[in-house]
Amino acid sequence: MAETTASDIGRIHGRSWWQRNQQSLAPWLFLAPGMLFFLLYVIFPIFQSFNISLYEWDGLGTPEFIGLRNYEDLYYDDAFYTSLRNNVIWLLLYLLAIPAGLGIALFLNQTVFGIRLYKSLFFFPFVISQVVVGLVFTWFYDPTFGLLNHMLGWVGLGPITVLGDPRYVTLGIIAAGLWPQTAYCMILYLTGLNAVDPEQVEAARLDGAKGWRMLWHVILPQLQPATFIAFVVTIIGALRSFDLIMIMTNGGPFGESRVLAFYMFEVALSEFGFRMGYGSAIAVVLFLIMLIYIAFFLWKMYRDEQGR
Amino acid sequence: MHSMFKASLSALAASAILAGPASAELSGDLIIFSDMSNPAPRAVMEGMVERFGAMHPDLNIELTVIDREAYKTQIRNFLTANPPDVANWYAANRMRPYVSAGLFEDVSDLWAEPEIAENLASTKGAMTIDGKQWGVPYTYYQWGVYYRQDIFAEYGLTEPSTWEEELANCQTLLDNGVKCYTIGTKFLWTAGGWFDYLNLRTNGYDFHMALTNGEIPWTDDRVRETFANWRQLIDMGAFVDNHQTYSWQEALPFMVQGDAAAYLMGNFAVAPMRDGGLSDDQLGFYQFVEITPGVEKAEDAPTDTFHIPANATNKEAAREFLRFVVSAENQTIINGGDALGQLPVNASASIDEDKFLAEGFEMLSSNSPGGIAQFFDRDAPAEMAQAAMQGFQEFMVRPDELDNILDRLERTRARVY
Repeated sequence: MAETTASDIGRIHGRSWWQRNQQSLAPWLFLAPGMLFFLLYVIFPIFQSFNISLYEWDGLGTPEFIGLRNYEDLYYDDAFYTSLRNNVIWLLLYLLAIPAGLGIALFLNQTVFGIRLYKSLFFFPFVISQVVVGLVFTWFYDPTFGLLNHMLGWVGLGPITVLGDPRYVTLGIIAAGLWPQTAYCMILYLTGLNAVDPEQVEAARLDGAKGWRMLWHVILPQLQPATFIAFVVTIIGALRSFDLIMIMTNGGPFGESRVLAFYMFEVALSEFGFRMGYGSAIAVVLFLIMLIYIAFFLWKMYRDEQGR
Repeated sequence: MHSMFKASLSALAASAILAGPASAELSGDLIIFSDMSNPAPRAVMEGMVERFGAMHPDLNIELTVIDREAYKTQIRNFLTANPPDVANWYAANRMRPYVSAGLFEDVSDLWAEPEIAENLASTKGAMTIDGKQWGVPYTYYQWGVYYRQDIFAEYGLTEPSTWEEELANCQTLLDNGVKCYTIGTKFLWTAGGWFDYLNLRTNGYDFHMALTNGEIPWTDDRVRETFANWRQLIDMGAFVDNHQTYSWQEALPFMVQGDAAAYLMGNFAVAPMRDGGLSDDQLGFYQFVEITPGVEKAEDAPTDTFHIPANATNKEAAREFLRFVVSAENQTIINGGDALGQLPVNASASIDEDKFLAEGFEMLSSNSPGGIAQFFDRDAPAEMAQAAMQGFQEFMVRPDELDNILDRLERTRARVY
């Protein structure tokens, strides 16, 4: 510092404030639009939801403050528990998309004639709209002319009404949801497999590893980033499952296929839904559940950064 | 699902000369949001805009047709954020949220005009909340049992008039492998229709209205009686299987193909049944049978309406459009058999010669002494309607759950009213 010459000082003072701070300000300027919209459309509505959940409001008139009564109503609401239970089922079963996607990716990760076509075909369900997926499966399950009951008939099993039976309805919708979600996980793994180091595979092979051992100890550790992303998108996909339920059953039969997101829509925004406060209370609960995963996600990212 | 229909001024200017002098000099824009999205109603709506435009060549009419189901949720947004000058909706309690929020314009002045006051008296009650009128009706239709005459003839059945006959007919049909009634309860309201009729016939109009107004507990024994009657049909297996997975349209093929013999429905079901290939010789209609002797028969006749949003910009033109809609001439045109195929609200309009319209008009005007209800989801407030119709659907699938369902509805009633 002692060597700092007069000319240096002059140069520093000669530059404007902007020129001196350009380096540190530029990133913030680039981030500003994104942060602004994030604040406006994500952070602010979260607090707004908390606030509205303390009111009784039909979305049109004057809100009436009722404290925590919406949450008290939730506590006694059977439909809420049905939705919560279904959400848990969704969370658990939707994770099947990860091993299924991995299996298909491993199967397709070879070079034979026309492999690109096969890959595209497997990826196809992720490209089409969820609404179309829902319609396709609704017809597939249809008790009178659906393909499923035809196929069950071949093996002598009686017709089942997948979407009309409270026992099967959620499973039926999850199966429909798994179709595109598996394709998504498959693509994640296919790109991950491209990054697998061939030298390590070669070395493992020389050491006599093959089959499951090769997969478990050599390939999977290298796919770890892909697995992590697949896990996160699948969890989020399961929690926001809405469109399929809307299309396939409209929450029925008698509300047995509702999940929290759908129930929230139904009480607050649907044809007969005028309970904004109650809907917000459900949204808050859903948010808290999601927060567990978001916290896990952030914690894991933080730990990975530290370990580097 | 959205489509824009812009009245072309140049084309209309020519026809305006033919249409004669306009009744008032209207100018500016008239924005209409409509839920008449099915093919026939859509043509009717576009035809009305065209004829109204011809009468008022200086008026630029913009019509936006929105899918009927989507409209039910969108109306909340556009009434506050982007109000048109005229909007479709439904009568009775169904308009209450918007009336109490001050989003519909009070149009009592229109109802005071002799032309409307004299000719629309029959629907005035349905449009009245707090002693004021909030819109005008444009059509209404009867509900009742549409049945396959040829199937009835095949098994030697006749139109029933008592509950015993109804049950006996049904048993005969079931013995021959035909379901008595088709129904699709996926969207719930069809089950509301059954409840309406069973309750109206078991306990009468006044009781039904008191129930939908929240004055009677759902756990009342008289309500249980209604459900007990319903259960007789359910236990017989009278309804098509898996009805909870079908919409009302998806339930039509059972009737068209002869797997089910009857459908408790509104008159709008006639058009798709005819499209499905049923001729008027095959299709018949009868009024829902008497259940408790001595209870005056009352009917469901839902009324569809036009309203002026309170925040509309061109209310003068909107009022003129409402006058036009209810005028006898227009009522005759839009409710004709080749258009909506429903009943005109204007007493001076003529009714189409369609046999179902004739029977429906006859039934509503002379054979419904108990009164005329709108429909369950229009008579009961939104929240109660939703919870109750869900309960009806569940009851139709799991009748043993009745006690739980009624307890749940009673809790909802305690909160809603």
